[in-house]
Amino acid sequence: MRFAIAPEQADFVAGLRRLLAAADTPAVLRASIAGDHAPARALWARLADLGVSALAVPQRYGGLGATPVDLALAFVELGRAGVPGPAVESVAILPCLLGQVAPERLEPLLAGSVIATVAAPPLAPRAADCDAADEVYLCEAGTLSLAAVQRRERSVDRSRTLATVSATSVLGEVDAGAAIGLGFLASAAGLLGAGEAVLEQAARYATQRVQFGRPIGAFQAVKHLLADARVGLELARPVLFGGALSVGTGDEARDVSAARVCCADAAYRAARAALQVHGAIGYTAEHDLSLWLTRIRALQHAWGTQRWHRSRVLAELTG
Amino acid sequence: MDLDLAPDTVAFRDEVRAWLRAHVPAAALPSMDTPEGFRAHREWERTLADARLSVVSWPADLGGRDASLEQWVVFEEEYYRAAAPLRVSQNGIFLLAPTLFAHGTPEQLVRILPPMARGEQIWAQAWSEPEAGSDLAAIRSRAERTDGGWLLYGQKTWSTRATYADRGFGLFRTDLAAERHRGLTYVMFDLRAQGVTVRGIPQLDGEPGFAEIFLDGVFVPDADVIGEPGNGWRVAMSTASNERGLSLRSPGRFLAAADRLLELWRRRPEPALADRVVDAWIGARAYELHTWQTVTRLADGGELGAESSIGKLHWSQLDVALHETALDLLGADGELAGPWTAGYLFSLAGPIYAGTNEIQRNVVAERLMGMPR
Repeated sequence: MRFAIAPEQADFVAGLRRLLAAADTPAVLRASIAGDHAPARALWARLADLGVSALAVPQRYGGLGATPVDLALAFVELGRAGVPGPAVESVAILPCLLGQVAPERLEPLLAGSVIATVAAPPLAPRAADCDAADEVYLCEAGTLSLAAVQRRERSVDRSRTLATVSATSVLGEVDAGAAIGLGFLASAAGLLGAGEAVLEQAARYATQRVQFGRPIGAFQAVKHLLADARVGLELARPVLFGGALSVGTGDEARDVSAARVCCADAAYRAARAALQVHGAIGYTAEHDLSLWLTRIRALQHAWGTQRWHRSRVLAELTG
Repeated sequence: MDLDLAPDTVAFRDEVRAWLRAHVPAAALPSMDTPEGFRAHREWERTLADARLSVVSWPADLGGRDASLEQWVVFEEEYYRAAAPLRVSQNGIFLLAPTLFAHGTPEQLVRILPPMARGEQIWAQAWSEPEAGSDLAAIRSRAERTDGGWLLYGQKTWSTRATYADRGFGLFRTDLAAERHRGLTYVMFDLRAQGVTVRGIPQLDGEPGFAEIFLDGVFVPDADVIGEPGNGWRVAMSTASNERGLSLRSPGRFLAAADRLLELWRRRPEPALADRVVDAWIGARAYELHTWQTVTRLADGGELGAESSIGKLHWSQLDVALHETALDLLGADGELAGPWTAGYLFSLAGPIYAGTNEIQRNVVAERLMGMPR
């Protein structure tokens, strides 16, 4: 029993965090909101250099064949930094789907020269971030197809574009379960990272903002709000990695969905606490907190609603 | 990163599971806060000790098995899963013993611990006073120097198990000129000694699980002081972090309760409550995994510290929510006195004892998140 990350995993996380901390992701997100995806693409290229886009690609196709734990660690950092673009789709889900029917399409994906997204109705009825993507896929009823955008829709997260898509050419039959399972895990990890980011911002603000002659973090009402959010995140983290360890076992459905439920709930609670602590400034589009707040809301039910994941856990427990 | 139990842990788990299956009483014992229930629970401690299962994490020469933290967590999981009796020795084993291991003399260890392990001496905690609850440093009970020891004066209250227990432990002021945390001394005393009056206080279930203790010149020999006189606060805090942390509340209790909740759900499903049932199970699983994370950190030489407040906040709220969900599933039958109502009443104390949850939130915010005091 050793339920902690290994030194080489800690090094990978530290490297990723360094790169992202220097990348000024709020500016990248704001460019994406304005419709300029070039900064996001430049960031993705640097992430690809670090191996992020090759994580879930099997080694026989030139990828890293990383463990689900490694994938989760990377997505925590992407979520913490608020990296725009279809990371769950392009990095976690599509490598496993394309490997089954079109492995020749993996090479540009893992090299980072192609960014792709996928819709999988009814679970994921719209393709996310298709404006930032070079390729759009549709995975429906066990068939993977190339797809074209039908109708664009706006997300509450303004950096995220959504679209309903329709198949243009069929690539083949796929077993989507494993691929989408990795998507659930990546989605959980991204939410945990985003939740940790907003809570850190709130804690920092609470020590700086002075009212009634004291930093507001000295008031118990603020302390307790922050502490409750911290408890949620601290308990969600081990559930995330428990889920990662269950991938490929008989407990995967139960444990990965439990991780998604926990991480999404904890991130949302942290987001609400962070907004409350910031007050009016947090409610402005100008403040960077807004970038994470709307994202956490948007991702609550992306890749399976919370209710769907809870039902899945219950079915596994009592079925 | 893995969650695989070591081979010797698996062997130990199998032994414990088989023993519990053969020995756990088929019918629940009467409440330990009644005279006959206290006796029955004391006998159960002896039965456990005969199998060397009453204090598995202690050294072998004191009645334990030198079990690792990993083995201790697994033992607790099996214990609760088997619905074995609650531990009447809990205050001694989980609060006093860790203090003695950290600060006791060799003489104290061999004199105090073996009878504790066999249930021959049951210990009660004596922390709170009428004017000292969350603000424990406000205690007024005092110990005065006398030939060969100390004389205790004052009043303790909310002393769990003191109604029927044999001995108590707590903090007493030995330097009246010193302020607050200074001048306190950690003392063990006989609850049957001359000058002691114990008055039971019935809890929510009507049984005297609490007591108030009046001390009027109770003699305590020097041998029953733990650590240096005047250094009691530091000695006590090592106990407090144990009470809050890993040793008092293993995940076993919540995993077993979550399993029973799922069993209840299978018999009486109520779709409107499905999410709460799932969240109770996830909450128990989260605490288990969080505990394994802590076990790994401690095995690497880390400390429990303020992190233990996070666990306490989580399990105390989980326990209440889990039992509320069970009672709601039972509907009109939920008020019938039985294991679920007993578990519910017990859970209600969780957010209060071992440092109220308000104090714990302050600890998390100040020590882990850098908020000003």
